[in-house]
Amino acid sequence: MKIIIMGCGRVGARLAEALSSAGNDVTIIDTEPFALRKLPEDFKGTALVGNGLAEETLVKAGIESADVFVSCTPGDNRNVMACQIAKHIYNVPKIVSRVYDPIRAEMYRGLGIESVSPTTVIADLLKQKIEG
Amino acid sequence: MYIVIVGGGEVGYHLTRILLSDGHEVLVLEQNPARCEVLCEELGGVVYRGDGCEAATLDAVGTGRADMLIAVTDGDEDNLVACQVAKHKFNVPRTIARVTNPKNEKIFKILGVDVTVCSTKRILENIEQELPSHPIIPLLQVKGGSAEVIEVKIPPGSKVIGKTFGDFKMPFGSFVLLVIRKDIGPILPTTETTLYEEDEVIVITNAESQDAIRSILMGK
Repeated sequence: MKIIIMGCGRVGARLAEALSSAGNDVTIIDTEPFALRKLPEDFKGTALVGNGLAEETLVKAGIESADVFVSCTPGDNRNVMACQIAKHIYNVPKIVSRVYDPIRAEMYRGLGIESVSPTTVIADLLKQKIEG
Repeated sequence: MYIVIVGGGEVGYHLTRILLSDGHEVLVLEQNPARCEVLCEELGGVVYRGDGCEAATLDAVGTGRADMLIAVTDGDEDNLVACQVAKHKFNVPRTIARVTNPKNEKIFKILGVDVTVCSTKRILENIEQELPSHPIIPLLQVKGGSAEVIEVKIPPGSKVIGKTFGDFKMPFGSFVLLVIRKDIGPILPTTETTLYEEDEVIVITNAESQDAIRSILMGK
């Protein structure tokens, strides 16, 4: 599968490596060249510096033939905007977004953007640990 | 009318003042506490501190009964999300977004933002009108941008000089409205009107045909 990941933070870099090792064609985008250093040296995919909301960057990343678009920058709004561009302008079949705000995550799920809210997931996990 | 404004920067501040003086009920949302204080001093109790993209904040200021939400922060993605939350969570009938990157206007429209205002595009257009050598000058957007009135100045050496409008064809959907001739003024063109160097030709067209018009009227 051809997968584009926007945002090379801890989560993005780890996800890119995992998906690439599993044999996928991965391109990861970040505005900050320094962020791309989080990728391991033997990363087989493509690392691209650019703004994931800009047409030039997305086309360069190969969005027109992508199967999956994942957005995990620290900004909820950036994430959902990028995902909606991928879905509605480039017709990428599968879209996944990280959205911290649970209410916004739920709303965008209703609008066809698969959203994972770390806030809910982590809070639940911590609660389970505490309660044993 | 009850209007919620997201973003209390310069645009938000002046907009709030104008709408208040027009007699509307206005509330402006701003995240930055220091900026909120300044706004409160200037505008009084119409300022609420909070994130205008968050459903809880919008709920607290009664967005459910708002007639309009206007998002004017300097972040395109924030303005988009504020408008989408207003539309989908609170059924606000009309949403208006400020857009900084002209390329984002398309996705905003697709995603249901009712009106987009792109300040960058306006500034560029105004500057272009002042540049004498610029080949195609945009004059007016018609029908929400689907049609545009442009001005083309016939350059020296253009192949249409000495020809009439009947001698060549304009692209499909483009029509010549007026010719402004140096020392004469406006002329209503017919198929028999001859073109001269430096004529300013006013054309109504769409974005796709501009390159074709450029090569027809300016090509050598």
